[in-house]
Amino acid sequence: MQDEQLEIVEFLRSRPPFELLPEALLHKLATSVDVRYCKAGTRISEFGDEAQWWFIVRSGAVEVYRRNGTLYNRLTEGGYFGEFGLLRNKRVRFPAVALEDSLLYMVPEPVFAEVFENDERFADFVEIEDRTRLRHVVSRNEDANQLMSATIATLVGRDAVVLDVSATARDAAQRMTEDGVSSVLVMDEAAAPGDLAHVAGIVTDRDLRNRLISPGLPYATPVTDIMTGDLVTVNHNQLVFEAMMLMLRHNVHHLPVMRHRRPIGVVALSDIIQYESRNSLFVVGSIFRQPDVDGLVGLVPDVQACFSRMVTEDANSRMIGSAMAAIGRSFKQRLLELAEERLGPPPVPYCFLALGSMARQEQLIVTDQDNALILDDRFEPAAHDAYFSELAAFVCDGLARCGYAYCSGGIMATNPRWRQPLAAWKRIFADWIDRPTPESLLNANIFFDLDGVWGETAWIDGLRRMIAQKARASPRFLACMARNALLRTPPLGFFKDFVVEADGRHSRAINLKRRGTAPLADLVRVHGFAVGSPSVNSFERLRDIIDAAILPLGRGQDLIDALEFISIVRIRNQAASLASGEEPDNSVEPDKLSEFERKSLRDAFLILSNAQKFMKYRYQPGRAN
Amino acid sequence: MFHLGRTDLTPGGTSPSKTELPDWPARFAALVENTQDPRLRAYYAAGVPAGDTVLTEVPLVALDIETTGLDPVRDGIVSIGMVPMSLERILASASRHWIVRPRVPLDEKSVTLHGITDSQVREAPDLDAILTEVLEAMAGRVAIVHCRQIERQFLDQALRRRIGEGIVFPTIDTMALEARVHRRSIPGFLSRLFGTRELVSIRLAASRSRYGLPRYGLHHALTDALATGELFQAQIAHRYRPDTRLEAVWS
Repeated sequence: MQDEQLEIVEFLRSRPPFELLPEALLHKLATSVDVRYCKAGTRISEFGDEAQWWFIVRSGAVEVYRRNGTLYNRLTEGGYFGEFGLLRNKRVRFPAVALEDSLLYMVPEPVFAEVFENDERFADFVEIEDRTRLRHVVSRNEDANQLMSATIATLVGRDAVVLDVSATARDAAQRMTEDGVSSVLVMDEAAAPGDLAHVAGIVTDRDLRNRLISPGLPYATPVTDIMTGDLVTVNHNQLVFEAMMLMLRHNVHHLPVMRHRRPIGVVALSDIIQYESRNSLFVVGSIFRQPDVDGLVGLVPDVQACFSRMVTEDANSRMIGSAMAAIGRSFKQRLLELAEERLGPPPVPYCFLALGSMARQEQLIVTDQDNALILDDRFEPAAHDAYFSELAAFVCDGLARCGYAYCSGGIMATNPRWRQPLAAWKRIFADWIDRPTPESLLNANIFFDLDGVWGETAWIDGLRRMIAQKARASPRFLACMARNALLRTPPLGFFKDFVVEADGRHSRAINLKRRGTAPLADLVRVHGFAVGSPSVNSFERLRDIIDAAILPLGRGQDLIDALEFISIVRIRNQAASLASGEEPDNSVEPDKLSEFERKSLRDAFLILSNAQKFMKYRYQPGRAN
Repeated sequence: MFHLGRTDLTPGGTSPSKTELPDWPARFAALVENTQDPRLRAYYAAGVPAGDTVLTEVPLVALDIETTGLDPVRDGIVSIGMVPMSLERILASASRHWIVRPRVPLDEKSVTLHGITDSQVREAPDLDAILTEVLEAMAGRVAIVHCRQIERQFLDQALRRRIGEGIVFPTIDTMALEARVHRRSIPGFLSRLFGTRELVSIRLAASRSRYGLPRYGLHHALTDALATGELFQAQIAHRYRPDTRLEAVWS
């Protein structure tokens, strides 16, 4: 028989993963504990020893090593080790050494096995694979957010209300009244069935007001005169949040829902508002109503409030990244409208480009502006450049006033080097791929994540296609990009209030962008190019990479989870800074992280680190892929 | 554990070479012959390790008792905690804890310390009823205590009162080990120099904190026994060696 040690029970009860245990199992575990004091430097277990114990650090600090002698983890109060050996072949896999004088609790193997078998949540938490644990963490967050898990089809309450192209505006109004809807789809039955052109356009309440009544047109006006053609549509199996992002990006309030290229209904903004406060949509709407730059500057607090609200509402990083990118894009579009009002129409067509995180739709609240201009090939510098120089200055100055700092590397449309005709851009991009230099590789990382914001945005598809085709066929370029993507590495993890580097050194804070999301995005870009992915968003690239099956099974999902988790910690940290009136940045001090965040971040860093090793191997110069 | 921070009862700071060390195995052998109570005789018959045994080979038991007060004659025992251990491992999984009914009323002040109330002791057995279990848990092991006078004198008095025979047993006193480090006599000129300096505390909590051991809620016999066992492991790790002989630390 045994009597219970109160100190042991109380210590375990208050912390994960033990706090998850039902009372009976907790007591079973606590009364099985034996105790050992280890002076700093004591070797606790050696590789290959029989694994008899699961260790919990009661006080002090312990270092766990890989077989090759490199540091695997550094643990402090509440940390645990030894599960690898117990769950595998009952031999110690990661030897451990006391870094400080430490008091260890030892749980015998049979009791560990029993608790592990009988409590699924405990087992999930302690799970042998760090990456599996992160999957649980991220998927729990997804479940908590209906926007992430619900598909658009669940919002389609009724069949699409449709009219033929031959109908009049009045027919449309009558039809909408009869059916009690705020929009009607205009069908072109003459077009081939199955073709998207089958749906010719959409007419909404607002169109009747703005395009028929205000200009005083007759009721008999053909419906085709007041409809919006060139429809933005959403697929029935896309997620609710993706529909919301489409509305944001295109500033539309109705989306036809398609299945097998046929409309099965229409979702309106009001349907989605049930799921999500209209913050970001409201901000985008306000941007387009501002009469001048001062008005836009006045919206900056609204942008920050929108960001903070999304964080509070548990939006995931994709939703926040897309929403912030849509807002940034709207600022640019409105600034360009204002610039054209002031400078007159452009002398030749142009396209204003967004680059980097905004193009990837991974923009956060702290960001600088990366942009460029593509000009029509009829561009004559002497005749036209003064206009575009002024246009660029107007936009970049306006953006800076709205909180988007000037790019310190000069990657802005104000730089004549980044104002080029389309043909010149094609040459430049081809040259970067064919003859990579250290500088061009850095540029490729930014410019090859590109998006058209304003003007001739159709040019962008061609440029993206060209980049995707050329990069995929250039092993040397891929190898150089891969080497570049290994320059920034994640830290090992956390120890007390320090960040621990792989070589054991400490630092006070970690830049989650430089050490986390940026190297992850770089890595994903290389794989994306290798599989010819036309996507720009890292999550979409990862989907393409998974489909192309170039990574070991499951590793693509791991990278999605790692990117999501590091991003969301970075986002929450920025929201916390905003809330406390500090200037948000990308730097996080470990004492601001919960034990849970530290653990999951460490898992994410490990995934990134392993993925970098894999990439190094896969894109060796001269290796056939 | 309930004792004063200073070693008022008897000084524990003398180095072992100056003390007359009892030959515990011989003493136990003689006591087997001269003891009437069969339970106590069985305890002595289990014997003790010889003084030249290295510490890693010695079966140990961390022991703590809570009492109604400080006087072994007037006050009584309210609880006993024991944790068997070795130099390498404290068998907390085999911890034992008994609440017993003292033959004197509970003092209000001591209740606030050890938290054991009148109603708890009213339902508790007399020590006599559990003596077999207590002595079996101690048998063949050297007791680790913090301030040996308490455990020794109270157990001795309690047994005298119940079975008419006292008990003697070897102990390793973690407070005395701590005193060896922090209570060395200081040469005259230094003592004048440091004359007003505060003495380093050798109480259990203060001693533990010097070895980086966690802060525990004290004055629960089982917690204090565990705390004492951990302190002993830390003292040996820092100030002795695993092959130190028992005679260097026991008395």
